[in-house]
Amino acid sequence: MIHSLFLVNATGDIFLEKHWKSVVSRSVCDYFFEAQERATEPENIPPVIPTPHHYLISVLRHRIYFVAVIQSEVPPLFVIEFLHRVVDTFQDYFGVCTEAAIKDNVVVVYELLEEMLDNGFPLATESNILKELIKPPTILRTVVNTITGSTNVGEQLPTGQLSVVPWRRTGVKYTNNEAYFDVVEEIDAIIDKSGSTITAEIQGVIDACVKLTGMPDLTLSFMNPRLLDDVSFHPCVRFKRWEAERILSFIPPDGNFRLLSYHVSSQNLVAIPVYVKHNITFREGSSQGRFDLTLGPKQTMGKAVESVLVSSQLPRGVLNTSLNPSQGTYTFDPVTKLLSWDVGKINPQKLPSLKGTMSLQAGASKPDENPTINIQFKIQQLAISGLKVNRLDMYGEKYKPFKGIKYMTKAGKFQVRT
Amino acid sequence: VKKREIFELKAELNSDKKEKKKEAVKKVIASMTVGKDVSALFPDVVNCMQTDNLELKKLVYLYLMNYAKSQPDMAIMAVNTFVKDCEDPNPLIRALAVRTMGCIRVDKITEYLCEPLRKCLKDEDPYVRKTAAVCVAKLHDINAQLVEDQGFLDTLKDLISDSNPMVVANAVAALSEIAESHPNSNLLDLNPQTINKLLTALNECTEWGQIFILDCLANYTPRDDRESQSICERVTPRLSHANSAVVLSAVKVLMKFMEMLPKDLDYYGTLLKKLAPPLVTLLSAEPELQYVALRNINLIVQKRPEILKHEMKVFFVKYNDPIYVKLEKLDIMIRLASQANIAQVLAELKEYATEVDVDFVRKAVRAIGRCAIKVEQSAERCVSTLLDLIQTKVNYVVQEAIVVIKDIFRKYPNKYESVIATLCENLDSLDEPEARAAMIWIVGEYAERIDNADELLESFLEGFHDESTQVQLQLLTAIVKLFLKKPTETQELVQQVLSLATQDSDNPDLRDRGYIYWRLLSTDPVAAKEVVLAEKPLISEETDLIEPTLLDELICHIGTLASVYHKPPSAFVEGGRGVQHKRLPARAGSGESAESPDVGQAVSAVSDAPPAVIPSQGDLLGDLLNLDLAPPTSNVPPVPSSMQMGAMDLLGGGLDSLVGLQCSSLMVSSVLGGAPVGMPAGLGAAPAVGGGLGDLFDLGGGVGVTAGSYIPPKTVWLPAMKAKGLEISGTFARRSGVIHMDLSFTNKAMSVMTDFAIQFNKNSFGLAPAGPLQVLTPLSPNQTVDVSLPLSTTGPVMKMEPLNNLQVAVKNNIDVFYFSCQYPISLLFVEDGKMDRQVFLATWKDIPSENEAQFQIKDCHLNSDAASNKLQGSNIFTVAKRTVDTQDMLYQSVKLTNGIWMLAELRIQTGNPNSTLSVKCRAPEVSQYVYQCYELILRN
Repeated sequence: MIHSLFLVNATGDIFLEKHWKSVVSRSVCDYFFEAQERATEPENIPPVIPTPHHYLISVLRHRIYFVAVIQSEVPPLFVIEFLHRVVDTFQDYFGVCTEAAIKDNVVVVYELLEEMLDNGFPLATESNILKELIKPPTILRTVVNTITGSTNVGEQLPTGQLSVVPWRRTGVKYTNNEAYFDVVEEIDAIIDKSGSTITAEIQGVIDACVKLTGMPDLTLSFMNPRLLDDVSFHPCVRFKRWEAERILSFIPPDGNFRLLSYHVSSQNLVAIPVYVKHNITFREGSSQGRFDLTLGPKQTMGKAVESVLVSSQLPRGVLNTSLNPSQGTYTFDPVTKLLSWDVGKINPQKLPSLKGTMSLQAGASKPDENPTINIQFKIQQLAISGLKVNRLDMYGEKYKPFKGIKYMTKAGKFQVRT
Repeated sequence: VKKREIFELKAELNSDKKEKKKEAVKKVIASMTVGKDVSALFPDVVNCMQTDNLELKKLVYLYLMNYAKSQPDMAIMAVNTFVKDCEDPNPLIRALAVRTMGCIRVDKITEYLCEPLRKCLKDEDPYVRKTAAVCVAKLHDINAQLVEDQGFLDTLKDLISDSNPMVVANAVAALSEIAESHPNSNLLDLNPQTINKLLTALNECTEWGQIFILDCLANYTPRDDRESQSICERVTPRLSHANSAVVLSAVKVLMKFMEMLPKDLDYYGTLLKKLAPPLVTLLSAEPELQYVALRNINLIVQKRPEILKHEMKVFFVKYNDPIYVKLEKLDIMIRLASQANIAQVLAELKEYATEVDVDFVRKAVRAIGRCAIKVEQSAERCVSTLLDLIQTKVNYVVQEAIVVIKDIFRKYPNKYESVIATLCENLDSLDEPEARAAMIWIVGEYAERIDNADELLESFLEGFHDESTQVQLQLLTAIVKLFLKKPTETQELVQQVLSLATQDSDNPDLRDRGYIYWRLLSTDPVAAKEVVLAEKPLISEETDLIEPTLLDELICHIGTLASVYHKPPSAFVEGGRGVQHKRLPARAGSGESAESPDVGQAVSAVSDAPPAVIPSQGDLLGDLLNLDLAPPTSNVPPVPSSMQMGAMDLLGGGLDSLVGLQCSSLMVSSVLGGAPVGMPAGLGAAPAVGGGLGDLFDLGGGVGVTAGSYIPPKTVWLPAMKAKGLEISGTFARRSGVIHMDLSFTNKAMSVMTDFAIQFNKNSFGLAPAGPLQVLTPLSPNQTVDVSLPLSTTGPVMKMEPLNNLQVAVKNNIDVFYFSCQYPISLLFVEDGKMDRQVFLATWKDIPSENEAQFQIKDCHLNSDAASNKLQGSNIFTVAKRTVDTQDMLYQSVKLTNGIWMLAELRIQTGNPNSTLSVKCRAPEVSQYVYQCYELILRN
């Protein structure tokens, strides 16, 4: 099981260590640092590193490496999922997951880690339960605690810990009962030179914020549940009911949680909401290259494409650029060769464009690589897969909750090859 | 830590004020977490332990766990408080105490731990019980003997039946961890009852508990395929879990248990379909998760390519994927490449070859070469793609391309040599040893086609001593090859390289090879030619597949480190801890009684067949035989043909390995090994009877053969690729009552083939060659010879799957090759298969109706007479015909060489192309093959 955890910052300092079994010397991290030196980019460090006596499994989040040490055969995904849970918990408790936040709250961090894992076995990882055991630090509570001498550690066994609904605590009370659901879809796509789609798929999630009194039992149904053939559920969802009726039936956790995530594969027809016209050329023997890029909307069901950000890693030979955006601002970093253009909203009547020249090193040969264009965007009030919630009902409680459903589509890894 | 700081903390810890104490402990903990040594404060911190404040208690416990080991004597001070806390009315405190005690890794303390732990394992509160379960594992790690002596392992086993799922999960986790250090201890003794309990707990426990339970389930071997299916059904919902580790553990259980399900079961197909989406979903997760998932998918696509064969696109590389994800995706893309998607794959690979990352580009170029070797139809496109890439003149791309083109030459000799000229243009830009060696190999191998081969090789020779060993060895061989091909012009060159290699080099490998060549060339140039220019074995894509037994073991370890490293756990688990090799369950192994209906009956039918056919001689069949033929034939002795014995010797070793090969493959293992062991003896008599009958009839009734039987066209049975250039195609025919195997041998290799011989494996109907294989003249390259081999049905009998499968070994002067083919069962329909009308009627009624099988024959535009004639040509005889309205009903009979009768009713509706066939037989597993023959004969 998980032996120890080291937190390492970007400069390679270990700023926190926690051992759940015997102490493992921090020199074991030297193997990690070696791998770090070899990797060209911070994210290229292999997730599993073998050492003579241990294995190091690491994730990089918020520029902190979470390095877990294991000694025996343990499923790596188990370790990685646990590390993700640690990151999520820190973020949940401190608002941000940074070195400074962790250092400021080092005792709470220690208490949390101790509560999350026992002898390497996960103990309590649900945010609802942890919060009953260890109260998150707030400025107010720190003040109150110092005056009254009370503590931020719960004295009672968390109620959800052993019930059949371990994700929900009992005795929840709200004056305003509300349930919000956000359907958020990310579209991953690779578009080739000629503008045709090589692959496109949608990763969707339904994130919920449920603040309802008591033990509400919710059902959520869809207009077109057929779209959801590849889904992962929060443990609260009753799987049998979904299999039989394609209805989500669940007693929700209290507060924020991810109800389900789904995947619409490339075998379905995925609508591509933007197109790019590009002309990036270099000529042999010339020290100038042409750069010409135009963006336009398509298949957006009439919704506006917003927060558009275009970025591209230009070839190493490019010294500088002189470009003219029709809207928004652009920057080019001559060191990293990263071009980034903050477009904003696409106006279908006046398509945004970025045109101009790139200067190359004099006498250098024509670059071999073709830059890929990365596009980010958002479309409000649209789930690009066409997924629509039909109705949301509540059983088990008498009051009438306020219900809301929001849709949004974002670009995930949306890449255009040139 | 500075002394002053310690001093201050000490004072604060001993303060009277609670709040100050707590703050001080917090400061101590904070120092501890950043690695400062605060062990000097041990007694002062332990003094704070007796408190009602839970937070303070927890903090002190944290400190204790960290430093107890370095201060064992002091740690004893804490024991009393622990024992007291284990009796606390608050379950949280009881659990906390038992949890912390286990973490104090001090031998002296463990003795005091046992009593409180025993109580906690039986605590009324499940929260305490589940914590105590983990504590047993902790204690075992410190003092295994103590745990065994105290009987904690038995208590832990009892907890598997606990009413609370979380307790069950933790008990399983603890037992699994303990079992890891005792591989043979049988701690997790899984039986159907415990499995049921685990499956129940699986639905209700936390995600982590689900992982422990699934991993434990994966170690179980179900009794039969029904149990296996029912476990699969209950595990499948886990594929939709949000936690990817749960998903992968569930995949492991399903992949393993699936092995036991019969492939023709509907559920098997359903399961295959259900496995794809969760695997694809794992690829949209964070890169680290993707990496682990991809390493596992790599195994899964090798084991069961059908699962992901339509999902190629999800493995396409995004340019900002981390390099370790890119490389894995590439590998899987090649594994999934097939004729259907090769165009897409090649387009992608070409795109990757222009990326920035050098390592990735190299691997992409190599991938193109692997595609060429894997998908034969695409080889040409791959080569032209590689040529395009060479034109880019990007140095490392060119070098990589040359390395893979060398492999393509080896795979498809004499096909793409036209590109050599282009390769030679790039000679100067090669600076990597591997690329240089590859280029030199090409020049040497095709020296006779390259006009200036000597000049090219000579240019390499100039800097001979600066080259790496790889290049030196290759250069030596290439020049010797050149000399053997063009001896007149290259004498000087070969002298030069031999002296460079033997006299001026201190590399023993190089010197040895040099001397060997030298001696060969000087003593026996002909032998030298045979050695140096020997035919090379063809390479195939299998070279980079994981070896099957290792693959099967790794499939049992899906989701673990072993699956990430593609090595068995025994290869990297710390010394002392032995590891059991896991194996996939055998499909038919336990399933004899409960296999799918078809297979199950087929298996039992083989052993039942003799009693079903032979004793019935007394009644119906016997009557018939006696009617038609005066002498009873049951005393015809089985005649083992002497020819066959001889052939057996010839190919004995080969055949053994053929059978051995089959035994080691999972599907058949125990059917072959177990059930039919006693069978051949029993069956031996049956075919002999039939065979003898057949012979008798040949004498008398050979004249009756009128219309020719249908002979399927020849198909390729053994492609040249698999048989070092020998291609065998063939078909079967029944001519004048004798079964013939019509074979065409084509020599696609470069050298002459001689000494052909053939041998069959035991098969369902005892087919065996009735004479030696007559390939009289040596087969020269590109020559084809047709041979017709008469077959007898007196050979040894063994049930095959499918029934009409025939495994053949062919030997020539080069090697022994194995292939299998399927013969139409109509081959075995004998000429005296027409039954008397009365007997037909009686027999039809006598055969139980559950032996009746019905089939549809579609798109057959024959009327009943034409059909009847056509069928008669293949010895399917119409006994009677009846017409009702527009429907003709033909009653037909067929007899197999082993004496089995088959009765059929064929209903043909005028104007309707679809007819219905009902077949009745005492050995119903033959029915579907008879149907296949009907279809074949009627449609052709």
